[in-house]
Amino acid sequence: MTKPEPQPPRTVAQIRSSRNRVLGLSLAAFVVLVFFISIAKMS
Amino acid sequence: MTTTSPSAAIAPLPADWRDLIALTKPRVMSLVIFTGLCGLLAAPQSIHPVLGFTAILCIAMGAGGAAALNQWWEADIDAGMKRTAQRPLPQGRLDRTTARDFAGVLCAASVFLMGFAISWLAAAILAISIVYYAVVYTIWLKPRTPQNIVIGGGAGAFPPLIGWIAVTGHITPMPVVLFAIIFIWTPPHFWALALFVKTEYAKVGIPMMPVVAGERSTRRQILAYAVLLLPLSALPWWLPGDEHAGAVYGVSALALSAVFLALSVRVGLRERTGPDDTMKPEKQLFAYSVLYLFALFAALVADRFIAL
Repeated sequence: MTKPEPQPPRTVAQIRSSRNRVLGLSLAAFVVLVFFISIAKMS
Repeated sequence: MTTTSPSAAIAPLPADWRDLIALTKPRVMSLVIFTGLCGLLAAPQSIHPVLGFTAILCIAMGAGGAAALNQWWEADIDAGMKRTAQRPLPQGRLDRTTARDFAGVLCAASVFLMGFAISWLAAAILAISIVYYAVVYTIWLKPRTPQNIVIGGGAGAFPPLIGWIAVTGHITPMPVVLFAIIFIWTPPHFWALALFVKTEYAKVGIPMMPVVAGERSTRRQILAYAVLLLPLSALPWWLPGDEHAGAVYGVSALALSAVFLALSVRVGLRERTGPDDTMKPEKQLFAYSVLYLFALFAALVADRFIAL
């Protein structure tokens, strides 16, 4: 079995970018959730 | 509060989202989510799936926020223990302000979302559970008394109660019994772990039962709680009224608790053989205790769906 290649260290920009993406997706999911909660409460 | 370690004060990189997730103790959260979901599914009424999902999400966010507050407060203690030294705060991968703010947002969001979407009674109990874990257990009890885990165990017992209330809107004997089961299960579960990481707790000055009262007393107490858990786990079967569990749950509870008791007897009546002792019975009891709670609550839900 070959040893896995060591991962290069992540840069500040990469970390910030992935965090922003996750935050954006979380906010979008929250908006969708609030929409469906509203529909459920009205039904 | 303890002072910030130099490694935690200097954050060379911005916080990675994976470290924020790690702050919520995902493995502990899985048990919290599961018991909350079981409380929700075992309730004698039904809930709209979106609202049910929201209730579980709120329980998860609340538990994650409380866990993050716990890690924020105990960063220096965690740094001194092998089991917790790899966490983001002791490693300096996250600064304490970010951790505290993240925890605060999670806790507040979980309570308000639960209140607006589900019910304010469920939201109030969720808020109590967060304060119970983050303040009563972490800040007040844990550094002061060996009974910390006995009283603090209540924090982990809230999820099925919250799940049940999210559906029914009120508190009845059944969710209180579910609360009591987790409350009584917590000391033997945690002390089994504390027995084999005793030296680590002693090193950082946390008065866990094996450190203060000694191993012998802890083992006897594990046994006492396991004895108590046997009839208590079957209590949902014997409850009067129409919300009691059926025979599927009752027989499963008695069988699961009998195994729990057998493993506890092995731990309770044992003496450590020496420094080379691998503590296998204690490790087995700890592993089984996690499986026990999953299986017990799964049996409760299975029983409810079989009865339908």
